[in-house]
Order: sequence, then structure tokens, then C-alpha cells
Amino acid sequence: MIKTEFDYTEEISWCPGCGDYKILESLKMALSELGLDPKEVVVASGIGQAAKMPHYLKCNCVNGLHGRALPLATGIKASNRSLTVIAVGGDGDMYGEGGNHFIHAIRRNPDITNIVCNNMVYGLTKGQGSPTTEIGMKTPTQPFGVTSKPLNPLLLALSSGATFVARASAADTERTKNIIVKAIKHKGYALIDIFQPCVTFNKINTWQWLMKSTKWLDEERDASDKFEAMRLSMESSPYPLGIIYRTEPGRTFEENQAPYETNDDTPLYARAPSLESVRKLLA
Amino acid sequence: MDMTRAPGSDVAISFCAAAGLGLQTAEDLTRQMLSKAGYYVFSTREYMSRVRGGNNSTQIRVSTQPVRAYVERIDWLFALSPELHSNITENITEETKILADASVMEKEISSLGRKMIDLDLAKRAADLGSPKFSSMIIAGFIAGIFMLKEDSADDLIEKRFSDSDLSEKNKKAFRVGLKLGEEYVEGKPVLKIPDKPGDDEIFLDGNSAVALGSASAGCNYITAYPMSPGTGVFSYFARNAKLFSSVVEQVEDEISAINMVVGAAYAGARAMTTTSGGGFVLMCEGLSLAGITETPVVVHLAQRPGPATGLATRTEQADLELALYAGHGEFPKALYAPVNVESAFKMAGQAFYTAHKYQVQSIILTDQYLLDSGYDIKKPDPSAIPAPISPIKTESGYERYAFPAKGKYVSPFGVPGFGKGFVSFDSHEHTEDAHITEDRSLRKGMVEKRLKKLEAMAEEALPPIVLGPKKYDTAVICWGSVFEPLKEAMEIIGWKKAALVACEQVYPLSDEFCKIISSPCKKIFVEGNATGQFARIVRSLTGEKADELVLKYNGFQFTVEELVRELDKLLEKKS
Ligand SMILES: Cc1ncc(C[n+]2csc(CCOP(=O)(O)OP(=O)(O)O)c2C)c(N)n1
Ligand code: SF4
Ligand SMILES: [Mg+2]
Repeated sequence: MIKTEFDYTEEISWCPGCGDYKILESLKMALSELGLDPKEVVVASGIGQAAKMPHYLKCNCVNGLHGRALPLATGIKASNRSLTVIAVGGDGDMYGEGGNHFIHAIRRNPDITNIVCNNMVYGLTKGQGSPTTEIGMKTPTQPFGVTSKPLNPLLLALSSGATFVARASAADTERTKNIIVKAIKHKGYALIDIFQPCVTFNKINTWQWLMKSTKWLDEERDASDKFEAMRLSMESSPYPLGIIYRTEPGRTFEENQAPYETNDDTPLYARAPSLESVRKLLA
Repeated sequence: MDMTRAPGSDVAISFCAAAGLGLQTAEDLTRQMLSKAGYYVFSTREYMSRVRGGNNSTQIRVSTQPVRAYVERIDWLFALSPELHSNITENITEETKILADASVMEKEISSLGRKMIDLDLAKRAADLGSPKFSSMIIAGFIAGIFMLKEDSADDLIEKRFSDSDLSEKNKKAFRVGLKLGEEYVEGKPVLKIPDKPGDDEIFLDGNSAVALGSASAGCNYITAYPMSPGTGVFSYFARNAKLFSSVVEQVEDEISAINMVVGAAYAGARAMTTTSGGGFVLMCEGLSLAGITETPVVVHLAQRPGPATGLATRTEQADLELALYAGHGEFPKALYAPVNVESAFKMAGQAFYTAHKYQVQSIILTDQYLLDSGYDIKKPDPSAIPAPISPIKTESGYERYAFPAKGKYVSPFGVPGFGKGFVSFDSHEHTEDAHITEDRSLRKGMVEKRLKKLEAMAEEALPPIVLGPKKYDTAVICWGSVFEPLKEAMEIIGWKKAALVACEQVYPLSDEFCKIISSPCKKIFVEGNATGQFARIVRSLTGEKADELVLKYNGFQFTVEELVRELDKLLEKKS
């Protein structure tokens, strides 16, 4: 493992062999490769195993509520545009509890990167079914098997208007890192759903399953065809990995907001109240 | 008991019409021209939760003295749509002059045993070219009964209608109405013009006051999910986003609304969200997040009657206990309850000040009545609102939750990207540098650190407004928008050795308030809810029990007359 400025040296509480270690490694490598100043990076999360990730990085760590990383991250970015803001969490966090925010954050298009560590299970709460769990998987709370259909995050993101949609894998830190680099550079909302084995609670979607059931797309391919992207999103044998869709991001949430209209990047904390405006309205 | 002020000093005009009929123009013009002419004017609205039809009303009180409260008396009723509601019909008396179109209202009015004056609006408006001119004829009629000059509303009409042809036609309609009004009062104005110190006054309603107070405090991030009556403040910000240089976002739900402002405030924005009870409940977890992360946020909670959807467009004061206990776990917060329009401006500023000074959450409790009522006030001074507190430039090794230095209550507030330190944020119980901890003594220390702020907040709590005789044997206690009707009622009653004690800050309680409460006087709480929530909170905090409760919870504000009747009885009883 290469050393980066973002390395955290204290204890990490994930299980040995968990896919989250690999995702953390890809993220640190990406941040480092981009030459970002850790003081200018905010990694925001909700609650879950994956959502502990901000604590395991040396940067501004924001650990909010289960499901609420996206509104939190959106508020941060729109208050200080010079920060690099990354929202990270699990499949339950982002697609279950935070499902509504997921859809609307995409529509809103803040310039943030959304990393979802998709282990198809609730890890932290000990193995219950998640929105991406396959039908039939037996869990402590679905002892006769999950009956609801799994959600397709890529398709949902595409249909909500996302301009950068990717799927990566904890089994390939290098390629995953490359995707994170591109996602951070993408000026707008970017989704990276990352397959991540949970060695403790998911006995179906294991490391072996991951190797067997996925196939990397050509890194150089033109990913701007949305219908092709939708088709790829629906493929499952094997699941395609890589950038599924990428196009011009359009105007971001921040760009549409009054404080930044004249391209003045002054963060909101450094702006004085507009008493003159109040007086004008009282005239 | 005379229920209102001296005759000849006060005229109450009510407008009733179905939603969508466009009476707003008549109401606005009436208010503006009478205010400009030198009268004191108060206006309030009550409306149904529907976009078309129904029957809504606006009351405009015109007076020779400052006037700020809602009365049940109706001197002049302009009724445009049939099926008047009981809040109107019950208050029509011999003296009420009812003006309407006979073709629309005759049957209904005579069934009430009353007579009406036929304005023949439909025909007159049609003669002028469009039924839309009815509104202008009514405004003109009102100008006529006050004997205003015929050009007294010309500038207002020009402002309203940029199209000069349309503006001319409206002026003509106004003059038609004016003639009718003048004839009706036979040249004698219904009210003489007082000497009002005009100029530096402005008409403001509760909505604008909360928004302008917040803007003066530097609010530059506001979110909302639309919900009456919390939306008015948000719309005001949306309209003026450029002027205020503020982020304004209508979000997908109230959960997003609160989490987004928490994120914004963490990064240094001065952030607020506005909602009503149903949305506020959805914000509770987010409020608790702000609590443990010591993030300054302001929530405007515009109350309406519950439970659940309740009465969507009506008023109540039944979310006080909800606000006080909102959010799981224990953390300090400040609760403000503006008592009138001036207070709404000030309390909005105060809410930001306290939130940022103590890194806590401030809740501004208003209600539909306060937000939708307005009158002329002395222009508020935005520079009287405390200036925002700037974040510190962090040093390397900065710890967001460092235990405060001796004599201090808060950790220095840094923001990410400003200085050499990392600025972190954690919803778990955390270490001083914002990482997860389960250390028992650290946990205890952090709980105490957060709660200790309450001591300083209580010391700084705003004292109540106390009016009436210096020596009193009864305290009539209220909070929020009940203040103005109650004040007028007490003036009419003649105080009777009772003082009016009104709280603009309901939590923490000020020493001054606690002193009054623990003095041996009789305590009467007047509240717009069914159970006396403030009385209960005061009792739990001070041990002092209310002697009497005067409560209202039918969706309407107390009228002055109602309070006169109630309090006269209660204050009589004691002596
Ligand atoms: C409001 C709320 N509900 C429930 C929980 C409990 N909870 C914490 S994490 C979690 C699910 C975690 O699953 P996921 O997001 O997939 O993360 P993972 O642990 O698998 O990485 C749940 C249900 C909570 N913290 N907050
Ligand atoms: S429970 Fe699963 S997801 Fe959580 S740390 Fe262990 S292996 Fe990883
Ligand atoms: Mg999971």
C-alpha cells in the first residue's frame, strides 16, 4: 500500500477482509493523485460501516445521520465552493434511509462525488437485507428470504438525470481509484456504486462472487450514450464495471445560487450581512 | 362593559370573498391609502385551505390611535361571495353596514334578518369594461367614506398597473366608487384624521418581519419544504435572494431541509429553515444532530393547529412543548416567541445571535395569525440586530470540540478550509477532535460541556415585557402573538391591579420572569392552545402553578372582545 497525506494511523474497526479497506485505499490514492490539500477536502457520511470512512482519513471528517449525507454535503459545498466534497456511505444509507435525498441530490446537481459502498446488506446493524439485497437471501430479519426486488442504483441515477454514473469494485483498487479521480474532476454530481464484499454478513456476494460476476468495460470507451448506459445498467451476467455514463455536467446547484451568480467564490462565512438591502426593502 | 375603544376612534372593515376573486387589490389599496392619509391601520387575514371558492376574510381596522389586534366587531362588511362563515355572521349587528351586490347576497343577508346596501358592482364594473373593476370600485368606496381626495390612490394604482391604459381605467373605477362612498356618508368622513408622525413608518406583516430580521442577522442559507404557514418567510427570501446574496433551496422534504442547513452552518453559513408543525416533527432528528455537533442553526416554526394536518391555514400555539423537547437526547436550545411584528424582526435577529454565540439551535415560534397580520411600524433598524460572529482561523491541531477555556462556554468555532486545522463534525459522542468515542468519562464531560451553555443562555435570556400598574396582585401571562389582543383588552378593562407579562423568549426563562412567577401574585395564563402548555412548562421549571387558564383552540386568534369578557370576569372574581 502506498503512503499518502491522507493516511490515518489509528485503529480501524472494520472486520479483517472487509471490502471497505480497499475502497478507502482507492479513495486516498485518488485524493493524493489529484494533489488535493487535505485541509480543503471534506468527506461527509451518514451511518453504517462504510459511513465510518471519513474517520479513517486525514482530512475534514463529517459524520452525520443515517441516510442524510447528501443534504449535509450539498449544504457544505454550497457554503464554500472551494472545498472538495465527497459523500460516502453504504447501500442502506444512500439508497434506503436516504433514498429520497439520492434522487433529489441528482436532480439538484451539486458538485460533489457520491461513493456508495454497496455490500448488499446492512453491515453495521448485523446482516439485515438492504435495498440491493438479492431476492431469496436469508437474513436475521428476513429468515425465510428477502422478498422485495433489489433496487438498481445506476438506472435510478440515470433516470434522475445524473451526468456521471459508474460502478467500481473493491477487488480492483487501481481501476476504482481511476474512476474516483474522474468523478472528483467531474464538475457536478457523480455517482460511483462500488461492489464491496461484507465478509461477515453477506455469504452470497463474496470476493469470489465479485471476481466471477463482473467484467470491466474498456476504460477508453465513449460513455456518452445514455441508452447504451441504461442497457449496461440492466446487465447482470456479468455486471459491467467502469464508467457507465458520462456527459457534460450542465449547471451545478451552486452555480444556480444567488451568492455565486457573479462568479464570486467568497465562502458564505466571509460575507457580511447585506444591511443596505434590508434598508432598501424598508424604504 | 364597553367592548372596544371610544366610538369614533376606530372603524373595522371586513372583506369576504371566495378564494380567487381578486379582492386582494381592494384590501391592499385600502390599507395603503388610509395609512398614507394618516390613519393607523391593522390588517389580518383568515382563509380556507383551498385555492378557489370557499369564503375567506380580511379585517382592516382603521384607527386614530395605534392599532394592532383583531376584533370581532364589524362596522363595514364588503361581501362578494355567498355562504358567509359563522365567524362573520355571528358578528353582524344592527350597526354593521353590509355592502354587496343584491343579486348575489340579498337572500342570504335577509335570512340573517339584516339589511344590505346594493353596490350593484357587477353592472358598474361591466359598464367600465370588465368585472375585474369591482375591486377598484370597493377601494374607491372606502376612500369615499373617509372623504379622501379623488387622486389619493392614483400613485398606488400606477404602481400596481404598469400598463397606462389599464391604470387609467382603474383610476376611473376608483372614482366611481369614491362618489358612491362620499354620497353614502353625505360628506362626513367616518373617522377624523389623527396626527400621526408619518414618514419613518412602514407597513410590515409578520412574514416580512421574520425574513428581514433574519437577513439583517446575515442569514445566507435558507431551505424549506412548502408548508403553510411557514412558507411566507421562505418566499420572501426567494424573491430577494439576490439582494440578500443568499442560497435559497426548496428541498425534497423537511429532513433534507434541516440536514442541509446543518451542513451549511458547519461550513460557516448563517443558516435557517422554515416550516410548520408537521414538517418540524420530521426535523427532530436533524435538530438533535445539530445539538450534538454544536452547529448553530435557526428553525422558524410557524404554528398551525394540529394534530397531523389539523387546520392547514389557521392559527394555534400548540407546538411549544414539541419545540422545547424536540430531538432525542439532551442538549440546550433557545426558544423565541415574537409577540408582534416589531418583535418578529428583533427575535429573528436574536435567534441567530444566540445560535451562533452558543453554537446551539434557536427556534422562532410564530403562528399563522402573527405572520399574516400587519400594521404600520416605525422602520426597524437592521444595524440594531447583533452583527454575526465570524469563525476563527484555525491553527494546526485545532479541535472542534475542545473543552472550553475557564470561564468560556464554547469551543472556538472554526470552519473547513479556513486556517491550518482540520474541522471535523461527528453525530456520535465524540472526542475533542470529533472522532467516535465510547470513553465513559469523555462522554460525561461532553454532555456537561453542552448542557453548561444553558447557564449562560439563561443569564442572557430576554426579560418579559411587563405592562400595567407598578403594583399588581395578578399577573396575566402570555407568550407570542396573544400579546397585542391581550394588551388592548387590558387597556379596555382598565388593568384592575393586574399586570400583563408577555414572554418573547420562552426558553430558557429569564431571572426577571422567574421572579414575577415566584412572587405571591395570582397567575392567569392566556394561551392559544387547549392545555396551557406554557403554564405547564413554567410549572415544571419553577414549581409555580397557574391559578387560571384562558385558552382558545378553534383555529382563530383571540379577539379583543373575547379577552375583555374573559378577563373582566376573572379579575372581578378575585376582588
Ligand atoms: C434513523 C436511523 N435508523 C436506523 C439506524 C441504524 N442503522 C445504522 S447503520 C444501518 C444500516 C447500515 O447499512 P449500510 O448503509 O448498507 O452500511 P454498511 O454497514 O453495510 O456499510 C442502520 C439500519 C440509524 N443509525 N439511524
Ligand atoms: S460487517 Fe461487513 S461491512 Fe462491516 S466491517 Fe465487517 S465485513 Fe465490512
Ligand atoms: Mg451495506
